Order: sequence, then C-alpha cells, then structure tokens
Amino acid sequence: LIHSRTEEQVKLIDRFSTSNKSLVGTLYLTATHLLFIDSSQKETWILHHHIAAVEKLALTTSGCPLVIQCKNFRVVHFIVPRERDCHDIYNSLLQLSKLASYDELYAFSYNPKQNESKRLQGWQLIDLAEEYKRMGVPNSNWQLSDANRDYEICDSYPRELYVPRTASKPVIVGSSKFRSKGRFPVLSYYHRDKEAAICRCSQPLSGFSARCLEDENMLHAISIANPAHHYMYVMDTRPKLNAMANRAAGKGYENEDNYANIRFQFVGIENIHVMRSSLQKLLEVSGTKALSVNSFLSGLENSGWLRHIKAVLDAAVFLAKAIAVENATVLVHCSDGWDRTSQVCSLGSLLLDSHYRTIKGFMVLIEKDWISFGHKFSDRCGQLDGDPKEISPVFTQFLECVWHLTEQFPQAFEYNEAFLLQIHEHVHSCQFGNFLGNCQKEREELKLKEKTYSLWPFLLDEQKKYLNPLYNRDFSQKLVLLEPNTASFNFKFWRNMYHQFDRTMHPRQSVFNLIMAMSEQNKQLEKDFKELEAKMKQRNRQPEELLTKEPLQSVHPASPALKTSPCFKKEQSLLPMKDSIRTIEGSNTADNRYSEYMEELSKAEPAVVSLEYGVARMTC
Amino acid sequence: MEFAELIKTPRADNVVLHRPFYPAVEGTLCLTGHHLILSSRRQDNAEELWLLHSNIDSIEKRFVGSLGTIIIKCKDLRIIQLDIPGMEECLNIASSIEALSTLDSVTLMYPFFYRPMFEVVEDGWHSFLPEREFELLSSVTNEWRLSYVNKEFSVCPSYPPAVTVPKSIDDEALRRVATFRHGGRFPVLSYYHKKNGMVMMRSSQPLTGTNGRRCKEDSALINATLRAGKRGYIIDTGGGFEQEVQYPQYNILQESLIKLVEACNDQSHNMDRWLSKLEASNWLTHIKEILTAACLAAQCIDREGASVLVHGTEGTDSTLQITSLAQIILDPRCRTIRGFEALVEREWLQAGHPFQLRCAQSAYSNSKQKWESPVFFLFLDCVWQILRQFPCSFEFNEHFLIMLFEHAYASQFGTFLGNNESERYKLKLSQKTMSLWSWVNQPEELSKFKNPLFEANSLVIWPSVAPQSLQLWEGVFLRWNRSSKFLDEAYEEMNNIIEYNKELQAKVNALRRQLAELETDDGMQESS
Repeated sequence: LIHSRTEEQVKLIDRFSTSNKSLVGTLYLTATHLLFIDSSQKETWILHHHIAAVEKLALTTSGCPLVIQCKNFRVVHFIVPRERDCHDIYNSLLQLSKLASYDELYAFSYNPKQNESKRLQGWQLIDLAEEYKRMGVPNSNWQLSDANRDYEICDSYPRELYVPRTASKPVIVGSSKFRSKGRFPVLSYYHRDKEAAICRCSQPLSGFSARCLEDENMLHAISIANPAHHYMYVMDTRPKLNAMANRAAGKGYENEDNYANIRFQFVGIENIHVMRSSLQKLLEVSGTKALSVNSFLSGLENSGWLRHIKAVLDAAVFLAKAIAVENATVLVHCSDGWDRTSQVCSLGSLLLDSHYRTIKGFMVLIEKDWISFGHKFSDRCGQLDGDPKEISPVFTQFLECVWHLTEQFPQAFEYNEAFLLQIHEHVHSCQFGNFLGNCQKEREELKLKEKTYSLWPFLLDEQKKYLNPLYNRDFSQKLVLLEPNTASFNFKFWRNMYHQFDRTMHPRQSVFNLIMAMSEQNKQLEKDFKELEAKMKQRNRQPEELLTKEPLQSVHPASPALKTSPCFKKEQSLLPMKDSIRTIEGSNTADNRYSEYMEELSKAEPAVVSLEYGVARMTC
Repeated sequence: MEFAELIKTPRADNVVLHRPFYPAVEGTLCLTGHHLILSSRRQDNAEELWLLHSNIDSIEKRFVGSLGTIIIKCKDLRIIQLDIPGMEECLNIASSIEALSTLDSVTLMYPFFYRPMFEVVEDGWHSFLPEREFELLSSVTNEWRLSYVNKEFSVCPSYPPAVTVPKSIDDEALRRVATFRHGGRFPVLSYYHKKNGMVMMRSSQPLTGTNGRRCKEDSALINATLRAGKRGYIIDTGGGFEQEVQYPQYNILQESLIKLVEACNDQSHNMDRWLSKLEASNWLTHIKEILTAACLAAQCIDREGASVLVHGTEGTDSTLQITSLAQIILDPRCRTIRGFEALVEREWLQAGHPFQLRCAQSAYSNSKQKWESPVFFLFLDCVWQILRQFPCSFEFNEHFLIMLFEHAYASQFGTFLGNNESERYKLKLSQKTMSLWSWVNQPEELSKFKNPLFEANSLVIWPSVAPQSLQLWEGVFLRWNRSSKFLDEAYEEMNNIIEYNKELQAKVNALRRQLAELETDDGMQESS
C-alpha cells in the first residue's frame, strides 16, 4: 500500500516554544511507524495506530507545517520544506492511521519472535474462571450459567456468566429481553466475607410503565443470594435527566415500587459524548503556548474533566461502601452497561479487594470488567476508521481514577504510574490482541488467540519497570476498603499522562526512579552480602563482628527472576531508568519557557525590564 | 503591665476541644501570659494543646444557650474550637485571648520570656554575621569591600551596619547614592556568581522624580559592577518609575492568601467551585510570576554573562523574593540547610524585610492592614515548588520550610522579631532572646529537617514555570484539611529503603575489605 518513504531537512518544532526553535532531521515512514531522527541522532518513533489526527497547516516561509496528534497525547509539529512532499506525507499518514479492517492492524503482523507454545501460554496467563474461584464462586448461592454459552442471549457478554442459583433459565431469558442489548444482571464481583455482590447489567426497557416479571424475579434472586441482607442497591450511574429521557425511547430505569426491597440511586456520571468533548477541551487548554496559570485553571474548570473523574470515583466509593459497610449487594447499570458500568464496577472492586492492586490482579480486573464484559475498545479507541462519535476516553478515565488512588495510597499498589501509562499506550497501539474488537464474540471471530500475542506476559516480563518500590503487601490487611478522600482539592491534573512526552514540564529529578533503583540495588546487595558471607565461612573464619549484628531484614520480598524482553521498542519505554541512579535534567535554560523572555531582553542595552503578570517587559 | 490584668478568667473546667484529626476531648483550659493550654482528664494528665497566643490570627464567639464556643484561627492555618460552659466565662476567656494575642509591645512577646530547655552549643545570633559572608567572598575576588557607612543606621535605617559594595566606591559616594534611592537603600551586593564573576545587586527604586533627576554616583556605582564591555540588566519588580506607591504588591498578596485559604478550608466545594476559587485567589499566578522573574535574573547572570540589579519600589519585598530565589537556582550552597539559613539571614533578615509588619497577621486576618503580606510565605512556597522539581538537590525537606513559615508568624525565638537590624539592635534581641538557629542546628532537630534523597548537585537548576508544573503546596494549605497519614507512612518507607541501602553498602564493603585483607595475608603466607 504505502512505500516506505524518506524526507530530509524536516524540522521538528517544540510545540510550546513561542520562538520557532526547531530540530532538523530526517523523517521516515515505515509500514508501522513514523520515525524522525534529528541531527543529534535522537529518535522519535510514532506508531501509525497512535495517530489520532493529522493536520496540514497553511504554508509558511520555512515550509509546510504538519501537526500530528497522538492518542497517547504526544503532539508533534513538523515543518516539511516542500508543500507537495508535505501533502504526500499527510495523505500517507491518513491512510496508514485510518484502517478499514481489523486484519490490517499491527497486532496481526507484529512478530516478537516467540515460539508458538509460549505465545499460547501467554494467552492462558489470565484465567477468569480461576478468578471467580478466587472470589469464592461458584458457591451455594451463585453458579455458572450456560445460558449464553453460544452467545445466544447476549452477543456482547462473555460465554461464561455467574448468576444466582435461584435464577432459572426462563428468568434469565426473560430478564435479558427486558434489558437493553440483552445485557441482563450478572455477577461482576463477589465479596467472600460480606457475602455481598457487585452485579452489572444494562438499563431496563421499562419506558414509562412497562414491567417484566422475570426481571423483577432476577433482581429478587440477586437480592436473596446475599443471605445477610434484606435490601439491595440499584445504582444507575447516569444523571437522572438522561435516564428519564431514555424512558421516551422505551428504556429507562427501575421503578422502586415494582421491585421488592431495592434502593434506587442515581450517581450522575455523564455519557461518552460529554466525556469526549471534555477531554478535547482539556487538551486544547494544556496544549496552549505561553499558558498563564489562570487560563490553565479556568480551562481545567471549563473542560469539566476533573469533575467527571470525581464523579466516577465518588460512584465507586458509594458502591464499595455499600458492600463493605452495609453488607449490601449492588446492581450497577448505565445505558448499555459497558462504559460507566465498567468504570464503576472495576473501581469498586479495586477499592474492596487488594488483589486488584497487584500487577497480576490489575490485569485480571481489566480482562474481567472491561474486556470480557464487552467494553467497546475498538469503537472507543477508534481502532478502525469508523464513527468518530463512538470514540470516548472512558478507559483513560478509569486509569486516571486508579492514578488518583495511587497518589492517595502510595503503599497500597504493587504497580506504579508507568504501568498505567504503558497499559494506556497499548490499549491504543493495536500491537497486541487483547484490546482489539468490541466484545469476546468478535475477538473469537478474529481468531486473536491464534493470530496475535497477548500483552500481559510482555508486561510481566518487564514488571521490574512497573513495580512500586513503596508497595506494602500488608497495607491492605488493616483496611476493609480503600476509602479515598474525594473532596475536590484532592484531584489534580495528571501531567504525566497528558504531558508524558513534554519532558520539560516534569520534575527534573524523579524520587520514584531513585527509590526504585535503590530498591533493586538492595536486592543485589543482599545477594552480594550472602555470597561474601559464604566465602568468609569457607575460609573457616568468622567475619569479625559482622555476624553478630542483627540478621538482615529484607525490606521487600525478592521478585521473580526478570527477563529482558525484545518486544518493546525504544519509544515505548516510559519514565526510563537512567544508567546512573541519580540524574538531573533541566540544566539547560533552553528547556524552559522563561528563556524566551531573554530574546526580548537581549535586543538593546542598557535595558530595564519590568515585571507584569509573569511577563518580563522591556522598557528601556 | 502585668499579664494578670489581661487574664480575666485564668482557668475553666469542662471545656471541650475540637481540632482536626483528633476526637473531641474534654479538659481544663488554662490561660497564661503566652499560652493557651488544655489538659484533659487522662490518666497521665497530659496536655492536649499548647497554643502560643501569638499564633492566634483571629477568634470568633458563638453562643447556644449558655454554652459558648470560641473558634480560634491560627496563623499556621489551623482552626480549633473550644466549647466553654457558662456565657460569662466564655466571654472572659475570649476577650483575654484577644488581648493576649494582640499585644502591642514587642518586649512582651514570648521570646523575651522563653527559657530554652536545651543546651546552646552554637549561638545562632553569631552564626551568620556579614563579616563571615564577606570572608567567603574575599577568597574568590578582591573587587569588593565591606562598608560600615551604615554603622549607626543613619544612611539607611533598614540596612544592616555592614554591606558589601564595589571597592572603587567610597563611603561618601554611598551616602549620596542613598539620597537618590527610596528609603536610602542604595545598590549593594546580593550575590557573586563564582563561575563567571557576574553579580546580582539589589536596591530600592531611584528617586528620579518628574524631571528625571539623575545621580552620577548612582550610575558610577552601577557601572562599577559591570565588567568592561559587558552589558547589565535592571530588573524592576515594581510598577515602574513614574507610578505612585499606591498599590504595593503586598496588599494584593495578602488578599490572595486569604482567598486561597478560604477555598482550601471548604471541603464541600464542588469541582468547578474549587477550581474557580483556586484561580480567583491568584496565588499560583504570583508563584509563577516570582519564579519567572527569579529565573530571568539567574539566566542573565549564568547564561548571558551579565550582571543584574534587582529593585522594586522599596526593595524590601519582591526584590528579596527574586534575589533569594535566583540564588537558590544558581548556588548549590543555598540548597543546603546551613546555606539556606544563611540566605534567610542575609537576604531577608539583614536585608530588612519588615517581618514584624508583614507577618503580624496571616490568612484569617480581618484587620486588612496594608502592611500585612505573606511575602516570605510566598517565597517559601516558591522554594517548595523548586524542591518538588529537584527533589534530590536540597539538603532540607518540606518540613524545614513549614517550620520556617510557622516561626516567621509565631515563635518562642527572637529571630523574626523586629523589622530590620536597627530595630533588633534596639530590642537587644541577641542578648534577651534565643535565636531560632541555635535550636534548629542541634543534631537531633536537624535530623527532622534533612532530606534523605539529598546528593549535592553543583549545577544550576532551572525549574519549569509552566502552569502544569506548579502545584498547590498541600503540606501547608491542606495540612489541617485532610489526613496525611498514608503519605507520611510512605515517606517513612522511602526513608527505610534509603537507610537500608546505606547499611547494606557498609556491610558489603566491610566484608569485601576483610576478604581482601585475608587474601593478602594468604598471599604473604604463601610467598613466605
């Protein structure tokens, strides 16, 4: 389709520079990546699938500007000397980034040179049946249903679903007919100690007055599956107005009078369209040149982004408390039950169960509440050239909520920010099969397990990069649930996500990297110490005084042997570990915006500069 | 005056104390000349609260029936509540606290009564004398001299007796320049950049008047700081030459602080309201402005190879913020504990920042006096922003900065009393009070303020001033509004990892040495 192409004398412009400072280099287009190598041999790789938008701006004296916005929030600004070449590159990128069918995606050509058995093993790493067993199901109240074994009731659900034992097949079938897209209430998480459950579904087709006896029975079955309790919550995660509007379309929400012992609750998370435009506004503001603090804060406010993040987290806290404090089962839904419902169920589980705060457990959580329950990754991430109105940062919001939790509970999570960023990277990269397609049925049809690789084993291989050195396995034992403070002032702009490629904005020294490296070094030192000790013993002499000291206590249990993986290219290493433990950036004023005031300053002499609202003004 | 006259009710029983993060506790309230003390009926009869009256920013009274409530808002931003049975008792206590927390005379302040419980190893009053600083300078250049022209505080009442000026400018010229500068604050040396010999000077604004008056000695002084053929810059932080001193910056800052603290103290704000209040406070805008100006000054010196004169209108506020922050960026010494203390002494205390006026009240002030202003507080916040961006380059931690913030507003030490050196001499502070540094510099105190990540970094550190890089100083502004338990525990764990690393390295090295020795011994035995 596209021949690899080389373009020389291309300029890469710093997007925040008010002067036109640039790096000159060569641009390469390959089948999968765009690559820019500047004169100092620094490489910038951009996966075609990561490209969200390409824009060709009006010709300038220095050439034709080409702006590329990526789904991982990288924005690059090139200037191509000749307009004709720029146009060609623009067209090529459009074709390369907007694909019509799944089989053109990177995952189907990606080859990490791994043998077949290892590839298959990789797909078996996450086993959801095993996960339900860990939670304690099946048990006397919950069982595996075969109602959807061949996707006959709901094609966006997985084959294997857990339902109350007392819910008969006709009840299940009847309930599914009364629910949007057939997504009837099923188990998402079972809390062993409280015997309470998180269940999920889509909205009922209740309209203004419709009833469904089977659906009412279904909810009753869920309610009585919790032996300790007399009521259950039904959380409609939508704003009340939206839910009411849905009634006109024959959908809507549960009427408390029709369902025995339910407590109905709206929590007001906005829909995918509101979220999409919110993120767009956020990015517009954060991408502004010479941004003032007040424009930033008012832009942040106007975007509504943090308000939405808070709403999602508030809902999750409500859910987790209902279970942990009231021992009550909760049924969660939104409209179709694959966006807001996935956010709230997964975050609620994360607050309740420390397993999901481990690396492996987080993978399981994503596989369960997002992948298997049919969050439409393909549509939401725009993997193929489709309806732009289907694109929405629902999963990104989930990751951001997790990040906020890691900020409030630095010792509760085995994984770090880099892990969240890397998952975000690969949800959009289409390099691995996990996130392709919109539901399990579609994934089976695409034969992903035969033709592509699973992301998780590769992340596990590199888990050294994703470990939180401050993680304390015992942290959660004292707590029934993580109870984050959701007062507004706790929510911050996630700079490391939305500016992850704008390194000048980051702290110049990373405490995290330092502690991580030190933690690693400690493991090595422990090993060295043992070896040296053994050597001393061999010499049949006690090492003076050293052995009499207290035995070394390991701060952290040793991690399993680590292997290096060849599959991650340079551009994918995030928050890179430096060779030496301590490094310092920002020793160059050119990295900083204020350096540009200098240009004005150096014009005349003697100069007088007066300061007004952060801008140095020359008044010589 | 006897304090007893001010204390109408020295003691009240069955008082209930409410404060952040602790359950309410009932006990006996006692008022002394300088403290408000609440002791509970716990077994050990331990004091639950010792509050310095001078830490009280404002108080409010409320009554429900005969139960009175006093809400005390402190300068360190904490808010506590006392429920006192009996209307009269409550009124008496409230008026006593009001009187005791707003004493007019400096000599009645606690530092004049405080007797230290520790042994003074090093008297902080003598730790940072200008002569010592000049000694350091003399070792690298001989172009400067220490002038005692202000020995009697007659040339410039807000300057210290000794200032550093170019060698070629004599005292007579300095006297003339002083008449040309607001408040007599003629240009003096603030910082000498060893790397290239460039300097930063500071002063107040020139009194050019409407007819553009000039002063040839002033020009001579400024020119004397320039190397031949080099350009220099003047960074004016004030409103410009012609403008009247109508809107001094410190008023705006005080308002900004009040608004910010108000926003932080209301947990019920929804997101939009919180963000708009944060914005409306303008606090982070001021942070960005000051940091930008400091970076600019540092850049002129380090990158442009030019000398800089910084002045505002009076040269006692924003001027000092900029000169001191520029030094933190440029000079690794200022990022050590000792060096930072020296910086606070040199660029704030001796340079005549009017602490007593500026820190008379804090965020809960309702006096709205134009001289009150969190200029030093804003400076500390700027330092915190740089510390956050270069977490390994500072010998001190956030607690050190918070401690300085607290002591600038209320303290048992005399360091921040008075508005300039002249006032401190008259108050005989160095004889009658204890220096903060005498206490801080004890090893056991210092250990609390040490940054475990510190590794000396000789580079110039350029912070990012992008709004995305600046943050609310949570350790101060949210300190009483949310628990920091989990963050503190994480910090502790980080400390453990670092300590463990040191311990392991020491043990491994010791074993290696022993083995090496054994091997040499063996070698000698074999060869013998």
